[in-house]
Amino acid sequence: MSGAAFLRQREATVLVVTIALIIYFALDSSNFLSSTNLTTWLSEDAAPIIIIAIGEVLLLICGEIDLSVGFIYTLSPFLMHYLINFYGVPGILAIIISLLMGVAVGWINAFLTVTVGLPSFITTLGTGFILLGIVDTTSHAEPANIPTQVVGIGHWIGNNGWTEFIWAVILVALFHIILTRTRWGLHTVAVGGNLLGAQEAGIKVPRIKYGNFMVSGLLGAFVGLQVAFQTSTIDPTAGGYTPMFYSVTAAVIGGTAMLGGVGTILGAFLGAVVLATLTDGFQIIGISANPLDIIFGGAILVAMVANVQLAKLREAGRS
Amino acid sequence: MTTTSPDAAAAASAASGDILRAEHISKRYGAVTALTDVNVHLGRGEVLGLLGDNGAGKSTLLKILCGFQPPTTGRILLDGQEVVFKNVDHARSLGIDAVYQDLALINQLSVYHNMFLNREQVNGPILNNRSMRKLAREHLEEMGIRLPSVNVEVAKLSGGQRQAIAVARSVYSNPKILLLDEPLAAMGVKEGAIILDLVHELKEQGNVSIIIIAHNYGQVLEVCDRINLIQHGEITVDKRSADTSVTELTELVVAEYRKAMEERHRLGQSPQIPQIPPP
Repeated sequence: MSGAAFLRQREATVLVVTIALIIYFALDSSNFLSSTNLTTWLSEDAAPIIIIAIGEVLLLICGEIDLSVGFIYTLSPFLMHYLINFYGVPGILAIIISLLMGVAVGWINAFLTVTVGLPSFITTLGTGFILLGIVDTTSHAEPANIPTQVVGIGHWIGNNGWTEFIWAVILVALFHIILTRTRWGLHTVAVGGNLLGAQEAGIKVPRIKYGNFMVSGLLGAFVGLQVAFQTSTIDPTAGGYTPMFYSVTAAVIGGTAMLGGVGTILGAFLGAVVLATLTDGFQIIGISANPLDIIFGGAILVAMVANVQLAKLREAGRS
Repeated sequence: MTTTSPDAAAAASAASGDILRAEHISKRYGAVTALTDVNVHLGRGEVLGLLGDNGAGKSTLLKILCGFQPPTTGRILLDGQEVVFKNVDHARSLGIDAVYQDLALINQLSVYHNMFLNREQVNGPILNNRSMRKLAREHLEEMGIRLPSVNVEVAKLSGGQRQAIAVARSVYSNPKILLLDEPLAAMGVKEGAIILDLVHELKEQGNVSIIIIAHNYGQVLEVCDRINLIQHGEITVDKRSADTSVTELTELVVAEYRKAMEERHRLGQSPQIPQIPPP
């Protein structure tokens, strides 16, 4: 079997797993497909992982990672709150500045990684801690309320309904096209697949990496706002490492290689839905969620073993 | 094969001026000097063989001539005009294209995406895959390169096929100057012949001037008009192909090596020349 066909099958495999899990939970509890649970499952549990995973997939493909994205998520609604309540900035402008903060952190991550030359694992570990420290210091680790001026517009960003999932689907479609059908996507794969070769072909490698770090930051800031509007509170314990690691897990289950050059947005979307289905399904059928992490860990290892075997198949196929 | 005689080629190049001249090029990486003082010239329609042992500085020189890296000192003249290459794209826009030793192919991408890497055809923001696929197929066919499909990832192709794609890609951009770094390195005899035939053909068409880097003298000597031997970061021999031979070039390299070893020995540095014990 050819490697590409196997990869495409890989997405199909994840899709089959997703459907099987949905059927299992639906048969076990009629509540699983109830309208209230559908939005909990897809909008609350899946959408944030999906959206953050988009940025992680782009970065993993070009050989980098963003560990700080969950803390951009934590900071962005606080920044909006500070701007409106302490500096009198109009609501929409405060939202835009909060999103741009994510872009700016992405730029800093890229600067330290690409221009200064630190591994992105270290860069984003450092910036993540700094962001968390900024949130805790400025908020005194206390939650805040959504400023009244933005409650209205907030419904378009996140609410208790389908808004987050619709955003996730739109962003997945957009970035799937960017990754597979534009020069940007092609060059992202080229940079991660063969860095020197991409440079020799004249591809502006720093530009690609800066851009993808900034996309990751922007999406992290957006998810932070979404979750704040959805829960109607700005929580200093929201975000952090958990959604980031879930996103990386989703990417890996969906066929993204940690070594660069390989990955799909659709695969990460399915991976995120699998994780959300497990999280939500266990709660619905009333089984303790404690063993869940064992399953997640196992899923990561199985996916990575499959990736490594795939790489070996590729090597063997070349002669 | 209707090769122009070296004399005619030399005369033509003298009459029209060199298409490319590199003067007093040096390149240092920190404490390491890769090139000390290199002077190279390439006539219009000429095929120049740049020979030398591993580490002599051939690839360094090529990467300077194609805009991948700037020289530490020295200048480059293109059609008699001094140019400073900003980057690979800039040099390419001036008609210089290179096939690198590592081929600069992306294993995870299809043949046609590699063929058009960084020169993709687009409809607005969207890649025009249909057009690239068609053009890649036609161009490869024209060049006599046979592949299972242009949709296949290059990871699945043989070394020779990959080399052929890299060369085809550079030729496709219709350069004035083509730089080939070890184009026969990964090739079997039959595959190597495809590349050599291609060079012959390009030479006959006369639109492109070529520099070929090689360390296998025999293979390239017959397609080159002129040979430059590069040793320790300097051009030590500049002869027309007709005036030299594989034997002579090999002897020059070996003599140079012996001299270097004796020098080291004299200075008391290791490794020492092994003494063969009398029978």
